[in-house]
Amino acid sequence: MCLPLLLDTTVDIATPEGVELRLPVAGLAPRSLAWLIDALIKSVGLTAASVAIQFAGEFGVGLLLISMFAMLWFYNVLFEVFNGGATPGKRAVGLRVTNANGTPVGWTGSLIRNLIRFVDVLPGCYAFGCLAVLFSRRYQRLGDMAAGTIVVFDPKATFQRAARTAEPIPVRIPLSLEEQQAIVSYGERAVGLNEQRAEELAAILRPVFPDVTRDRLRGYAAWLSGGERRA
Amino acid sequence: MKQDAFEARHRATWSRFETWLRILQNRDNATPGEKADAANLGVDYPRVYREVCHHLALARARRYSAGLQQRLNQLALDGHQYLYRERLPVWTAIGRVFIAGFPAAFRRRWRPMLASAVLFVVPAVAMAIAIQVRPELVFSLIEPHQVSSMESMYDPDRDVLGRERDSASDFQMFGFYIYNNITIGFQTYAGGLLFGVGSVFYLVFNGLFIGAVASHLTAIGYVETFWTFVAGHSSLELTAIVIFGGVGLALGVSAVAPGRKRRWHAIRDEAVASLPLVYGATAMLVGAAFVEAYWSSTTWPPPWIKYSVGIGGWSLLALYFAVFGRHES
Repeated sequence: MCLPLLLDTTVDIATPEGVELRLPVAGLAPRSLAWLIDALIKSVGLTAASVAIQFAGEFGVGLLLISMFAMLWFYNVLFEVFNGGATPGKRAVGLRVTNANGTPVGWTGSLIRNLIRFVDVLPGCYAFGCLAVLFSRRYQRLGDMAAGTIVVFDPKATFQRAARTAEPIPVRIPLSLEEQQAIVSYGERAVGLNEQRAEELAAILRPVFPDVTRDRLRGYAAWLSGGERRA
Repeated sequence: MKQDAFEARHRATWSRFETWLRILQNRDNATPGEKADAANLGVDYPRVYREVCHHLALARARRYSAGLQQRLNQLALDGHQYLYRERLPVWTAIGRVFIAGFPAAFRRRWRPMLASAVLFVVPAVAMAIAIQVRPELVFSLIEPHQVSSMESMYDPDRDVLGRERDSASDFQMFGFYIYNNITIGFQTYAGGLLFGVGSVFYLVFNGLFIGAVASHLTAIGYVETFWTFVAGHSSLELTAIVIFGGVGLALGVSAVAPGRKRRWHAIRDEAVASLPLVYGATAMLVGAAFVEAYWSSTTWPPPWIKYSVGIGGWSLLALYFAVFGRHES
């Protein structure tokens, strides 16, 4: 996060507390996947219901029609309002819906975005919705834009911070702030990478540190963030 | 300050705040036990939240590691979400919509409502007149097998009106009306986003269809069965369709002429402001489905009772829209 990259898919939200919160918005692929999972859940549910009503006669047919109606229009709304902005499909992919200012989505936002879904589906296969997601800066479909909502990755599901356990090794050459930060971030992430990849990344620094290895670089990271050598 | 020292100083605060948020996050319905646990943590919420925001700003300014920044960002975000959660009790809000918000919003949007009514009624009347003059025109709009099933639904020899088979139960029909009518209502509304085109299409098409059916059944002499059937639920159902159409048209107007706002801001403001109308019209269609399934289909009441109920429905509805929510301008 040294420089704001053009490829970054984050939204910055200014808060009254004077700090910008950063939200990673989700693009077409994860959202389609979440939609697919939800569609499967819904169709399994309806199939089960239509088997069950074989035994309930005409009362059951009425019930089935009402549940089809509810599934069509309110499945998403109820989950988004009562389940922290995530349908089961979104939860499985690690997504959730929030208002564009980062606050939790409520009845108003959720209802509007799911009623306008009808237009997103047009003229078939979510064509309008997909185009809107691809061409909007925050990956919003038309319903999202009308409701003022965004779909973000639930950051709790993204990478966990690894503990820095390496023994600090002093760095003897001057480094700029960005370079220091890159090494410290490497120290955090090295634990989560496999060994070959970690060595490969460390080897990039060989022109600067001729004897660099994964463990030495983690040592530098510990020294740079802590500054003191534990005897 | 080096990062490790910074973390060592504040780590306890952060992890306590994390636990506290995990217990209370997004739920006002935490059990008393959970609430007691949260209280025991001794988190002074607003103060700690501001502190965490401050730490996040510091961590960014001092270029601490991405991992720490991310953790603090998450913590501040969770705190932010907790602070700005919706707190209005749902039932109070719903009550307020029906006592005041819905009729007030209806009156405030009388122009799109009028336009919607015209787009619905004019095609209906035109189609009805056309079919009286040239009866075969009904087949230009409706398939022959659909026409004959309509005819059988209102056959004067029937025990139950408005159904293809006498055996279909009331509740089954209730489910069907909910599914079919409210879906059409929602589509009429949402279609308005396409610069109003979708709403106009649904209004005109439904107008033509209803006009054709009414005119055709009248022409072949099923006057009493058809008109006694529709009298009861006509007020709720027709008005609700017009309202859905009007809300859609208003949405379309905000998309075509956003005024001094940016286009999507204008659309969002309009969608939020007209949501009470969507709630209200949905409730009206549920009511209409109930009346249609359980009252309109009966054949035992004499026609004058059915017509009186119909007129009563229209009068009450007019009264409701005229009187309620006056103080809410």
